[in-house]
Amino acid sequence: MNKKFLIPLGLFAALVIFLAVGLTRDPREIPSPLVGKPAPDFSLPMLVGDKPFSPSDMKGKVWLFNVWATWCVACREEHPLLVEFSKQSRTPVVGLSYKEIQAQDQPNGPLKEAEKLQLARERSLRFLQRQGDPYTLSVLDLDGSVGINYGVYGVPETYLIDRQGVIRYKRVGPLTPQILQDTLLPLIQTLEAS
Amino acid sequence: MIPELGQFALILATVLSVLLGVFPLWGTLNRNTVWQSLARPTAFLQFALVLLSFACLATSFLSNDFSVKYVAEHSNSLLPKAYQFAAVWGGHEGSLLLWVLMLTGWTAAVALFSQSLPLNIVARVLGVLGLVSVGFMAFILITSNPFDRLFPIPADGRDLNPLLQDPGLVIHPPMLYMGYVGMSVAFAFAIAALISGRLDAAWARWSRPWTVIAWSFLTFGIGLGSWWAYYELGWGGWWFWDPVENASLMPWLVGTALIHSLMVTEKRGSFKAWTVLLAIAAFSLSLLGTFLVRSGVLTSVHAFATDPARGVFILCFLAVVVGASLTLFAWRAPAVTLGGSMGLVSRESFLLLNSVLLVVATGAVLLGTLYPLIIDALNLGKLSVGPPYFNLVFAPLMVPLLFVLVPGTVAHWREAKLNDMFMQLRWVGLAALLLAIGLPFVFGEWSAGTALGVFLGMWVALGSLQHVVERIRKPGRIGGSFWGMHLAHFGMAVLVLGITGVKSFEVEWDVRMSLGDTVSIAPYTFRLVDMVDVKGPNYKASQAHVEVLKNNKVVEVLYPEKRRYFSSAMPMTEAAIDSGFLRDLYVSLGDPIAGDTPSWSMRVYYKPFVPWLWAGVLMMVFGGVLAALDRRYRRRSVSPLQTAGEALSSAS
Repeated sequence: MNKKFLIPLGLFAALVIFLAVGLTRDPREIPSPLVGKPAPDFSLPMLVGDKPFSPSDMKGKVWLFNVWATWCVACREEHPLLVEFSKQSRTPVVGLSYKEIQAQDQPNGPLKEAEKLQLARERSLRFLQRQGDPYTLSVLDLDGSVGINYGVYGVPETYLIDRQGVIRYKRVGPLTPQILQDTLLPLIQTLEAS
Repeated sequence: MIPELGQFALILATVLSVLLGVFPLWGTLNRNTVWQSLARPTAFLQFALVLLSFACLATSFLSNDFSVKYVAEHSNSLLPKAYQFAAVWGGHEGSLLLWVLMLTGWTAAVALFSQSLPLNIVARVLGVLGLVSVGFMAFILITSNPFDRLFPIPADGRDLNPLLQDPGLVIHPPMLYMGYVGMSVAFAFAIAALISGRLDAAWARWSRPWTVIAWSFLTFGIGLGSWWAYYELGWGGWWFWDPVENASLMPWLVGTALIHSLMVTEKRGSFKAWTVLLAIAAFSLSLLGTFLVRSGVLTSVHAFATDPARGVFILCFLAVVVGASLTLFAWRAPAVTLGGSMGLVSRESFLLLNSVLLVVATGAVLLGTLYPLIIDALNLGKLSVGPPYFNLVFAPLMVPLLFVLVPGTVAHWREAKLNDMFMQLRWVGLAALLLAIGLPFVFGEWSAGTALGVFLGMWVALGSLQHVVERIRKPGRIGGSFWGMHLAHFGMAVLVLGITGVKSFEVEWDVRMSLGDTVSIAPYTFRLVDMVDVKGPNYKASQAHVEVLKNNKVVEVLYPEKRRYFSSAMPMTEAAIDSGFLRDLYVSLGDPIAGDTPSWSMRVYYKPFVPWLWAGVLMMVFGGVLAALDRRYRRRSVSPLQTAGEALSSAS
């Protein structure tokens, strides 16, 4: 057999190997430069009450930081899992309602800040009342500035932050039961044990 | 009941495709003509059953049967009827069913239009197509059943993705699939020829019209997708080098090489092994495209809802089909004779150059598309490959390709004289050169890139025109393939001129506008005069009224919209476009901007020559259709003497 006619087969075999390895990877798993760095600080109004919240309030605790929005379809898919998680785990989950008020919510020109805040509170609360509230507390990021500091890429996003306030894990896109079981829960356990 | 009927029909069709894949092929091995003659009726019946299955799914959509999971996920009772029908292929499962419908349709068409072919060839071709069908039908039944029921039954469906609620998108997937699937016919002919060991001119002549028709569909499908992206996405772009776009471009590039290489095989009996390899590659790249789109290995704007099981299935299917084909190739191809000799300068050598350039271009696109995946697989990090790479690599390959196109069409077979060709083409070359130097000044600024684009476009256009004029002066009937070739080449020239024009002279303003504000792009002035709310069947929209003024006179009013579909939070942009012969005026409405007076972000674009892109694509499509309908492909039978002679020559 003439060897040169085997070249296409060889090239194709190499291609299949790469594709097979590619199947086991998730292209949406984007390594964040923030992992291993302290969580950026901020101060934002809470969903309930007048006090602002800042990540430094959580020092000494291992906690999850979940970025969500009522307008985000994938968040609705993720939501029941978070609710389930909050029932079964004592790890606090802080929710950040991201850019709740969009341009199309202001058909008659831009709303005042106070009006925006009120509307965002109403809508976020209604959502949590209907779908269940997994959050220990929630904050409102109306203009998305905190989202920029955290490099929010697509909602929902979830961060795991340790006792020293360092980000240990970041997930872009909805959490899945598998990620929760295989990655997050073991990581939380080791962090809480240390 | 109807969904179950559809499911049952699909299962029966799968059983038939197994029969089609086994018995006729077996019959060719033990020379059992009864088994071979089973191929045609099985192919027809298989198509009828898939058609029934498809009709059942369509009925479920049109009758708002939300107990079917797939319907509930992709339709809504408020959705207009036409889109309810189009929603059948609005998701993964249904689009696969459409794919299978087309595959069995092509199979039935081969069965119907192959009366002039020897029975054993028909049996082999239909058998190979049957085997391909088995794979796709099993894929649907195992991983992606569109007939699954849902309980409890939702009150209403989740609605079709608003991006897909558009006439362009209604016909884009069917056309593209016709092209992808059509490549499986070329593939089946190639495999049948490899199995029989009869790689000869007759094989090339049989598979040429099928390949050219498939190529035309693919061209049309890609063009439609580009057109849709241009006016629906609201960015004013028409090609993004997205992995899924690349997935359709690669089979097109190889398909283009294939239809040219088939010509050499038919006329001169050369390039046989190469042509077979191209036929296998074109179909393999179609399969690879399916894998890339549906497995989620790459991030793309087109990505379907992904499921690892689907990726694994397609990869195994791909490995089996392509692996087996290439093994067969490695086993059989060495026995293939080389065919007629060719000179260093001849039509064969130009067509060989065409093949090589197109295949290298395909390789470059493949590398760029898979590079992020390869780097990730080797644990070297994450990265993405963008338009700068593709433009840098692709354009330099297209320049020599377009240049050799013209001498390739006038060169003689076997041996051409450079001197004669130079004399024949010197005036065309000179005219193209003068236009390249002069025309850029007329439309704006002169730059080397613009001049090169104009030169290549004019070179191909004028070269084709001259060849047509010379041919008309000679006596004798001119066949469809001659007209088709030149129409397609002329279309390519129009496309190149269009791309050059839009890349060189487009003006894009992203501006903030309040009522009464104007933006000027000479000689036009755009004025935002009003913003109103409008209501569609299943959406609300803000609509801007933008007057276009020329010499202080209103020449056109444009109505771009920002739509909010009831079922989705994502706002959709409907750009307003005024098309002329030489330019598009393109306005799309962005978001309102906070401030004291109401204002909006607007994209006001002047896009010269964009209509030429679509015109060029259409000419290529019609050129392909004309060539495929050439009378000589429809002769009732092939002279037995001729085929016997070819069989002898390939056996020796």
